[in-house]
Amino acid sequence: MSTLDLPMIWAALIAVAVLAYVLLDGFDLGVGILFWRERGEAERDVMVNSVAPVWDGNETWLVLGGGGLFAVFPLAYAVIMPALYPVIIGMLLALVFRGVAFEFRFKAASEGGRRAWDFAFALGSTAAALCQGLALGGLLQGIRVEGRHYAGGWWDWLTPFTVLCGVALVVGYALLGATWLIWRTEGELQARCRYAAGRLGAALLGLIVVVSLWTPMLNPAFRQRWFGWPGILLTSPVPILVALVAVLFWRGLARRHEVTPFLATLVWFVLCYAGLGISVFPMMVPPSISIRDAAAPAVSQAFLLVGAVVLLPIILAYVGYAYWVFRGKVGAGAHYH
Amino acid sequence: MFGLDAAHLARMQFAFTVGFHIVFPAFSIGLASYLMVLEALWLRTGRAVYHDLFRYWLKIFAVGFAMGVVSGVPMSYQFGTNWGVFADKSGPIVGPLMGYEVLTAFFLEAGFLGIMLFGERRVGRTAHFLATVMVAGGTLFSAFWILVVNSWMQTPAGYSVGANGQYLPADWWAVIFNPSFPYRFVHMVLAAYLSVAFLVGGVGAYHLLRERGGEAVRTMVAMALWMALLATPVQILAGDLHGLNTLDYQPAKVAAMEGDWETPPQGAPGGTGEALVLFGLPDEAAARNRAEIAIPHLGSLILTHSWSGTIKGLKEWPAADRPPVAPVFFAFRVMVGLGFLMLAVGLAGLWLRWRGRLYECRPMHWAMLAMTPAGFLALLSGWTVTEIGRQPFTIYGLLRTADSLSPIGAPGVAVSLAGFVVVYVIVYAAGITILLRMMGRPPLPGESGPPPGAPMRTAGLVPGPAGQLDPATGRSP
Repeated sequence: MSTLDLPMIWAALIAVAVLAYVLLDGFDLGVGILFWRERGEAERDVMVNSVAPVWDGNETWLVLGGGGLFAVFPLAYAVIMPALYPVIIGMLLALVFRGVAFEFRFKAASEGGRRAWDFAFALGSTAAALCQGLALGGLLQGIRVEGRHYAGGWWDWLTPFTVLCGVALVVGYALLGATWLIWRTEGELQARCRYAAGRLGAALLGLIVVVSLWTPMLNPAFRQRWFGWPGILLTSPVPILVALVAVLFWRGLARRHEVTPFLATLVWFVLCYAGLGISVFPMMVPPSISIRDAAAPAVSQAFLLVGAVVLLPIILAYVGYAYWVFRGKVGAGAHYH
Repeated sequence: MFGLDAAHLARMQFAFTVGFHIVFPAFSIGLASYLMVLEALWLRTGRAVYHDLFRYWLKIFAVGFAMGVVSGVPMSYQFGTNWGVFADKSGPIVGPLMGYEVLTAFFLEAGFLGIMLFGERRVGRTAHFLATVMVAGGTLFSAFWILVVNSWMQTPAGYSVGANGQYLPADWWAVIFNPSFPYRFVHMVLAAYLSVAFLVGGVGAYHLLRERGGEAVRTMVAMALWMALLATPVQILAGDLHGLNTLDYQPAKVAAMEGDWETPPQGAPGGTGEALVLFGLPDEAAARNRAEIAIPHLGSLILTHSWSGTIKGLKEWPAADRPPVAPVFFAFRVMVGLGFLMLAVGLAGLWLRWRGRLYECRPMHWAMLAMTPAGFLALLSGWTVTEIGRQPFTIYGLLRTADSLSPIGAPGVAVSLAGFVVVYVIVYAAGITILLRMMGRPPLPGESGPPPGAPMRTAGLVPGPAGQLDPATGRSP
């Protein structure tokens, strides 16, 4: 085991789990956010059907990310959770509520009951997305630590920057949801989603620019990383790629491609995530706790790595299989009742 | 907030969420094994009644299982939100153990539960039975890891203390098989089995009382009573052994369970020994019991298996090192009392079976109906005993509860506690309504399985019907 760099392996695994969560649960949360726009019952049924088989699997990555952090980076877990306490609790409650609303809207006995659960679904989805954005912003702007404890206050996570991140993530998830629906639906709903995707895409691009310009101001280390030599070699392709993907995105929308807008949005997310990684690495909790500081001892990390190496590929295979089984367009017939 | 500090509120929050949660894993552990037995009996005898019962309880299992998962997710974040210092210090040991629980649970739930619920027509009988066995084994595996964590917090072993104050694994074998683990594991699994036995028996009795007892209902009642008869004495024995183990490692907890304040004078054979306090009102300020009813020497017999052996009374510890006495004392009596009631039901069942009146004796059916939640109540009481009895420590003898907290003020913890209460009450009211509705309907000959052609989620925490709507009607199929 001595030849393996366990903290970096685990940091990469957890980063992948969190990215998987953002990409996968992002589009189904986005479908929930779009409930505010799509008010027709038939449309809502189609929208929910499009994510019904997979939403719950998507959320499992959150448990792997959070549980994994406790298991192998307990110090980071012990600092981040208290620092972001209200948004973490808010996110968990929103996800529980939303998950239940999702199931119960099918079992509701009356029209009113169904409307109420629909409202809960939209609200829970939006609140979960907002909390995740706030949490991301709160982590990026830095967490005050003394010794091995969070040393900030109750409201530290609430700043103009974190609110901007929260809004950006809600918009981003809504765009993922809209482009997912372009892929998985047809007819009027698809056309409206295409229209919404154009506007959401423009809004998201603007927000990405603002957040990207703001982030290096937060921390001199971020600034050095982005604009100093040789970091700029690594960082300059990111905005260029974002712009290129933007071209693909709008061309795809204009030519009525079905999958391109969704894929382009996914690539945007991956690029932003890579940008975050470039800013933060090798820190785990900026500005003071690095990946190595936070790491559990090698004997703990190695113990769990054995299980992860065996079980993660099986879980991935299962997820892939589920998406394959449920490929294709969803429930057009639901328009006609 | 009502004179409660952040530590009390954080403990209340953990107790509330884990109390809601633990009922459903217990339900899954017991019911998965029951389903395995039913399917095995069906494969062996070919009698349709076992297949009907299997399908009836399978549908109920799916709902209860989902509620266990939903209520379990917030648990994995609470260690950090409310108990940050505990998470940091115990992380190198507790973290990977919890990680294994998550990974094994995912693996089994993603894989075999989907087959168990929906694969009956697709994979063949043997493969389906193997899936059921894997799910039953998986619930035990999950319980294994969680009880390892809890037992390590009760009787820590196999660790060293790092320079930064963290507890580090020195010997994983000693960590996992720590001194209280085997007793706690056996006691918990039997508790889950008995909880489900009384649930199944109570549902069967309800349908007998409503006079719609077919063969399936009678089989249900008969099986539940066999389980009560056989497992209750074993559980009482296991509890006794667990208690003796606790006496070795956590004597203050046993003293609180017994309401035992004074250590009797050691002396010549024929000393006073320990009385067994049947009832009393522990008064922590005065360090004695009010209105005590006790039987001389019985405490010595039970705890030391001798006529005048003694144990240490609570006064041997400074007041700051004693657990809260009253909750431990009363919860212990509730648990033991329910245990003996369960034994009585099991024996009454044997008597009625011998007289051939098992399915006619209405007072027995009323008693079984009343005892429906008995196992779950006993289980919650038992957890109350062992968790409050561990106070004032989170990791017994190593880390005090007061030193385990995140730096979160009381108002913050109070607000999040209120949030949990509101959301859980809504969610659980809805879920339990669905479960009661399902159990309020008797199993029928030719009981249907979960909707066969319906799309399903296979990737998730909870494989289940995907909830897809029927295009023709726009309704759930």
